[in-house]
Amino acid sequence: MAPPDGTAFLKDSTAIVGIGRTPFARRLPESEKALACRAVLAALADAGIAPSEVDAFASYTMEETDEVELAKAVGAGDVTFFSKVGYGGGGSCATLAHLAAAITTGQATVGVAWRSRKRGSGPRPWTDTTAQLPTPAQWTRPFGLLRPADEIAMLARRYMHEYGATRDHLFNVALACRNRANQNPAAIMYERPLTRDMYMTSRWISEPLCLFDNCLETDGALACVLVSAARARDCRHRPVYVHSAAQGLPAQHHGMVNYWNDDPLAGPAWTAARHLWKQADFGPEDVDVAQIYDAFTPLIPLSLEGYGFCGRGEGGAFTEGGALETGGRLPLNTAGGGLSEAYVHGFNLITEGVRQLRGTSTAQVPGAETCLVTAGEGVPTSAVLLRN
Amino acid sequence: MTELLTPVVDDDGAPFWEYAARGELRVQACAAAGCGAMRFPPRPCCPRCGSFAAVWRRTSGKGRIWSYVVPHPPLLPGYAALVPYHPVLVELADAPHIRLVGNLVARAGAPLDSVAPGRLRIGARVQAVFADQGGVVVPRWVLERP
Ligand SMILES: [Zn+2]
Repeated sequence: MAPPDGTAFLKDSTAIVGIGRTPFARRLPESEKALACRAVLAALADAGIAPSEVDAFASYTMEETDEVELAKAVGAGDVTFFSKVGYGGGGSCATLAHLAAAITTGQATVGVAWRSRKRGSGPRPWTDTTAQLPTPAQWTRPFGLLRPADEIAMLARRYMHEYGATRDHLFNVALACRNRANQNPAAIMYERPLTRDMYMTSRWISEPLCLFDNCLETDGALACVLVSAARARDCRHRPVYVHSAAQGLPAQHHGMVNYWNDDPLAGPAWTAARHLWKQADFGPEDVDVAQIYDAFTPLIPLSLEGYGFCGRGEGGAFTEGGALETGGRLPLNTAGGGLSEAYVHGFNLITEGVRQLRGTSTAQVPGAETCLVTAGEGVPTSAVLLRN
Repeated sequence: MTELLTPVVDDDGAPFWEYAARGELRVQACAAAGCGAMRFPPRPCCPRCGSFAAVWRRTSGKGRIWSYVVPHPPLLPGYAALVPYHPVLVELADAPHIRLVGNLVARAGAPLDSVAPGRLRIGARVQAVFADQGGVVVPRWVLERP
């Protein structure tokens, strides 16, 4: 298994053996810390592993509960690895990459990654004018480009102009996510179907993006448990292996305001994808189901291009003909995603990837064996390939 | 009128705003012999050659609209009062990889909603002008052919 030069392979060396979550709602009464504890304990119970065996934690920024608080509350043992990845929603999958590296290299044995967030009832981060990122604070926000939706809308309009993508393509993304949420009783939008007419007549958030191009605002928490492949075979559920993992911060990238390089429309997905596929035994054409970060609908065509499901400029057209629906070329965000299940900074995409490969999704892709999960495109990002 | 945000100026960016106050649109450029790469946002050293020597090169102030958005509420109060304003991204004629966020206005001192959104078009030629925003002089943009 190990290459001759003594370095360790991550490929299939670890597996996700437990997943857990709280309910999702616009408002939950408990604190983020309490929600985090509930999700972590649920994931450990799902794995059949005692909290005292946990010796590694990984989270990503904008997480308010730190390792000290979480570890002592859930009754973790002595912790020998902990990591917090930057860039909010870009860090979701990197938590798995860091835990996999720690476990594979012998720094820890039982890893927990989690996300707890009260974005439904808590404040919108962009309304805080005192805690701004330095580049936007000086060069973009004073001109009224205030919110992530505005920053992405700027790229989206150019993308539509350059490649002929249309609002119908963005609707295809929103609809696929909503249709899957309509099959998922845990989804915020479970009982709320979406029509093209609703989409086309909804209010604008930042033209060319309308209400339904934007993710939900949700309270909730999720967690998963990672162990070595050898141990995973003795756990309660079918192991879901981390086949490949990558982070991506492209040369001359500027975050969500990626306006100062030769090719602003080729973002972190391209960088993460090159590394992800280089390590993998299979390619994009072999992916059975995808969970792609969807804070905004235009991130899907961009990610489809970045991760190699189609060529440059073809991401809009890829969504045609039900390609993202069950039975299509690439079933997408099968629990409803951030657009229609819950927006918990992408962690619900990881747990849904695990359910697909266990065969327990509410929108199961028959016989799914491989799943791509991505973190936020448009910021320094990360992605994993899961297999069973 | 409720307040708009002013630029949070850092050490690297300060010269940009000092030149703007004089009505000049300047961009940071490497001063190493044989390099001269223009860079934005400003930073301590040149990503091409590593030199810490820099000059601020005056630009023509000409550019083209690369993209634009029309934000709708919820927004900060000062901006909500100006809907439908429309942040534009202007590709500089002198350095196409540099695209400045700004606002298209009817003339230098005009408010951010002084041009109807229907007038915006990707590719339209624009020219930098300068205006006061909360005590800081910032670049704004007017159409070359209004
Ligand atoms: Zn240089």
